[in-house]
Amino acid sequence: MDQIPVFIPGAPLLLSLVVPLLGRAWRRSVFPVAALGIALSALASAFTLDRVLEGGPFRYWLGGWAPPVGIEYALDEVSAFVSLAITSVALLALISTRRWAEREAGDRPGVFYGLALLLVAGLTGIVLTGDLFNLFVFLEIASLAAYGLVFIGGRKAMVAGFRYLIIGSIGGTLYLLGVGFIYFATGTLSMAEAQELLGSSESGRAVQAGAAFIFAGLGLKMGLVPLHLWLPDAYEHAPSSVNSLIAPVMTKVAGYAMLRMTLSVFPPGYFTGAVPIADALLVLGLIGIVFGSVAAAAQSDLRRMLAYSSISQLAFIAVGIGLGTPLALAAALLHVANHAAMKGTLFLAAASIRLRVGLQRTHNLAGLGPRMPVTMGAFAVGAVAMVGIPPTAGFFSKWYMAQAGLQAGQWIVVAVVLASSLLTAVYLFRALEQVYLRPAKPEPSGRHHNGEDAEEHQPPSAAPPVRGVVARASEAPWDVWVPLALLAAATVALGVFNAAIMERVLLPGVTP
Amino acid sequence: MIEDFAARFPYIATAILLVIGLYGMMGKRSLVKQVIGLTIFQSAVILFFISGSLLEGATLPILHGVHGPEHADPDDFVNPLPHVLMLTAIVVGVGITGVALSFLISIYREFGTLDERELLDEMRK
Amino acid sequence: MTGTTPSVLPLAAVLVPALAAALAALTTERRRNLRDAWATLAGALMTVIVVAMLAGALDGRVHRTSLVEIAPGVELALRADPAGMIFGLLVSVLWVAAGVYAVGYMRGEHERKQTRFFTAFGLSIAAAAGVALAENLLTFVVFYELLSLFTYPLVTHRETESALSAGRKYLAYTLSGGVLLIGGTAWIYTLGIDGTFQAGGFLEGAGLSRATEWGLFVLLAAGVGVKAAVMPLHSWLPSAMVAPTPVSALLHAVAVVKAGVFGMMRVGVFVFGAALLEDMGAWLLLAVLSAATLLIGSMLALRHDNLKRRLAYSTISHLAYIVLGVALIGPLALTGALLHIVGHGVTKITLFFAAGAIHVRTHKENVSELDGIGRQMPVTMGAFTAAALSMVGIPPFVLFTSKLYLAWGAAEVGQQAFLVVYLLSGVLAAGYLFPIVFRAFWRSSPDHPRYGEADVRMVGPIAVTAALALLWGIAPDFPLGFLELASRVAADAFPGAGVMTAGGG
Repeated sequence: MDQIPVFIPGAPLLLSLVVPLLGRAWRRSVFPVAALGIALSALASAFTLDRVLEGGPFRYWLGGWAPPVGIEYALDEVSAFVSLAITSVALLALISTRRWAEREAGDRPGVFYGLALLLVAGLTGIVLTGDLFNLFVFLEIASLAAYGLVFIGGRKAMVAGFRYLIIGSIGGTLYLLGVGFIYFATGTLSMAEAQELLGSSESGRAVQAGAAFIFAGLGLKMGLVPLHLWLPDAYEHAPSSVNSLIAPVMTKVAGYAMLRMTLSVFPPGYFTGAVPIADALLVLGLIGIVFGSVAAAAQSDLRRMLAYSSISQLAFIAVGIGLGTPLALAAALLHVANHAAMKGTLFLAAASIRLRVGLQRTHNLAGLGPRMPVTMGAFAVGAVAMVGIPPTAGFFSKWYMAQAGLQAGQWIVVAVVLASSLLTAVYLFRALEQVYLRPAKPEPSGRHHNGEDAEEHQPPSAAPPVRGVVARASEAPWDVWVPLALLAAATVALGVFNAAIMERVLLPGVTP
Repeated sequence: MIEDFAARFPYIATAILLVIGLYGMMGKRSLVKQVIGLTIFQSAVILFFISGSLLEGATLPILHGVHGPEHADPDDFVNPLPHVLMLTAIVVGVGITGVALSFLISIYREFGTLDERELLDEMRK
Repeated sequence: MTGTTPSVLPLAAVLVPALAAALAALTTERRRNLRDAWATLAGALMTVIVVAMLAGALDGRVHRTSLVEIAPGVELALRADPAGMIFGLLVSVLWVAAGVYAVGYMRGEHERKQTRFFTAFGLSIAAAAGVALAENLLTFVVFYELLSLFTYPLVTHRETESALSAGRKYLAYTLSGGVLLIGGTAWIYTLGIDGTFQAGGFLEGAGLSRATEWGLFVLLAAGVGVKAAVMPLHSWLPSAMVAPTPVSALLHAVAVVKAGVFGMMRVGVFVFGAALLEDMGAWLLLAVLSAATLLIGSMLALRHDNLKRRLAYSTISHLAYIVLGVALIGPLALTGALLHIVGHGVTKITLFFAAGAIHVRTHKENVSELDGIGRQMPVTMGAFTAAALSMVGIPPFVLFTSKLYLAWGAAEVGQQAFLVVYLLSGVLAAGYLFPIVFRAFWRSSPDHPRYGEADVRMVGPIAVTAALALLWGIAPDFPLGFLELASRVAADAFPGAGVMTAGGG
């Protein structure tokens, strides 16, 4: 039982090596094996969370080597919870987009699922590790997998994927540079030791520079305004099987890493003194919330709209880190899970829509609501949660963040956080209005009907759509909508039972 | 003045390399040059780690080496950990460069060009 | 104070309409009789449930359900206290009438997507019940926001361009109001105050600065003021008239606007409390705004020829009666305000029902087209006339009783100016309603084809609600004890129970 935590990143990591080989010999086996890998990881996360809740946080030494020689996993309420959230969302996304993966991965499903497993392994590794350098390695593992996954999305995705690679690598390298400064100042890579040493001594300029580099690097990875430029293209052009896997979790984990830095590396209150990182995050976050929502309102492509919406939501997490109070950090962490569920629901619904009608411009989706009731119902739940209507998940992250802002006397935070509901409502209710309240159009307008990347993968019989593609649409197969419905239900459940999560998991986790 | 410069030389060298790398990635239209910039950028950080662990007159941390069998004064050895870390970082960097180059091959096959501006024009079509 | 007793009844009152909505959604269009029956059955069941809680509310054993801890230290809890019971009773009784009426109307107009309509209708009722029975501020906010959400598909039901733009306006207003309300609520909980509603308020003695109190007041009052259509936050309401008539009836008589004024009463009496409102002087702001709304709304109603729009402005004006009654902070004024919630609900729903019945039969929407309609649809227009008499405040209709209390309450606290406002607006109400009655009965119809009465599923509810307006005027306590409940609320809110003076006036 003591070895369970190693399965969280270990199971997907090992299987990511096996799956590509397996794909050559027995193609049909790769999906179940990949799903099994992620399911094992989720299960191990659940066990770990249970153990943490029973017996308190513990440390797991990989291979039994104690730090500083070995690598340490820090298993506390927060990391176990976030890891459970990531793996669950990833599992549902993987199952729901299996049909897309079959199309998009072409004749090499093994490679696709290998990368997906590698991504999950990297992300869980980032979440669990207690070692600064190990975090870099996992960050780059996850990023490499993400670059590869984005890249297979067709022509435009190639260019978007390459730019993602360049910018993501800058982010990773900046992070490593920052770690170098910390290491030379403290002589340790263990987060716990670094926190002790940084807390006991006067912080020099080197540490301050290190902190700045680390946050700049992670800010790039999470798409914090103004470092977000890679994100919309990557999300829009990524394959449908991929963006519902990457969008809910990838940038969130970078945000989590930032939280981890605040919580477990730098001493409490470090960023409010000589280093104005907290203020910078606060300001950038507030700008990002507004910018992301406004930019999302200007998009007609569903996935690009959701991508800008992600920028806004990630900025929300940055605001939480910027405020820095336990309640704000807990709110940001709650939002990591909430947003994974909400955005996962929305992206999976977008994938399901494309699967059935091959469309992704919102104005072409008119009349789809009654024809795909489960998909669009889930989309509506996700949208309502994003707007922040109680008692869905989205409301409560805003609720706690507003409270944290009030406690800190930061009125502007309260105003922006609350007003962001309205900005979100502008673009999401517009989409809902199209989907439910407008009649189906005889023909999709704009070039984008069945956009070129979709065309490549559509079976010839389905493309090009002759007439009334929406009018002929029907609900997606059950293996697509069941995970989607589960995720939509999770967004409501996360809201209704948020108090238990806050009290038992997050607030103890962020209180030193 | 000179001593200050000498003491900070590793930092300054790292900074120069970082800026060159950034320029390569941000300022160049050719995607190949962007990859070169990325490599320079990563190398800068690797050099930073190595230079940070450097000690004047120290040697390899092999206990039975030049200093005799029982000698264990840490001041006489360079810190091995950054070197080990950088081995990993180099592997990561090589991995990224390899992936980037394979991307470039695919992009060239698809678009027939590696000029960023032309590619972005293609994207807008 | 009163004690509480654990009970599942408050939860059942919220779940029954939600369940009816689910059943309506799952019943196919082919079995529409069954689908439409759910609403009526559920309405009857909900009424039984609410009435079952009545005795408890009156003798101090308030039924209470605690569902789940929704935020650390805050429960999602429902409680059937006297104030909530008034709103809950009104919602459940009128839902039965509206449910029957909606079936006749929707079929008469051949409306599309009736399944979605009945689903959203049931969910809105559930949310309204939640608003009525919410025990604390956060629970109130949850259901208040859900009410905005669930009524949106009703407003946009026709799916025309004007319906969609009205829907956008509706959402913009209600969600903005919701944001303000959430902001104020979050602030209260952040200050470490337990947000459980208490007769007499819980903010007094919390040691807040005057600026904080004013900030909270503005946020909360503006938040609920949007749905209460207090000027200048009212303009969504006339626009929302594009909705089918049962929706207008639901919006204007039962659920939405009443949730707004009920919220105003909760904020004024159960959050701030009479003493604090008086001390701050906030009552005066509220009173002046609502008095202005009252007069301007009535005057605007005079100008509109479209019947439903005229009724909408009349609603705005009558909501302001209630808000003003709360703002006057006296026991009699509060009793009158609560009675006015009931009286206006049952009266205005009659007027809307009649307007809808006329539209189904004749497709006429404007007052100027209604010449002679009274002789063709005597029951409908008879009920309309009764409701018009009630609106103006003619005894023995229910709004006479409530206006009497309100006017008496204004006099009691020494605010003769507002007493004049009340009387003046009665005259204005006569000005915008009596011409309709006059045209209907004393002008001859230009049309040769003669229209008969509408379907019995529409005429029945019209007659019943008109009869209720009369019945509750004569005997407000029969059989649901509205006056007793209202007096109980007033007695709890003003424990001194003697003569109160407002604003040091």
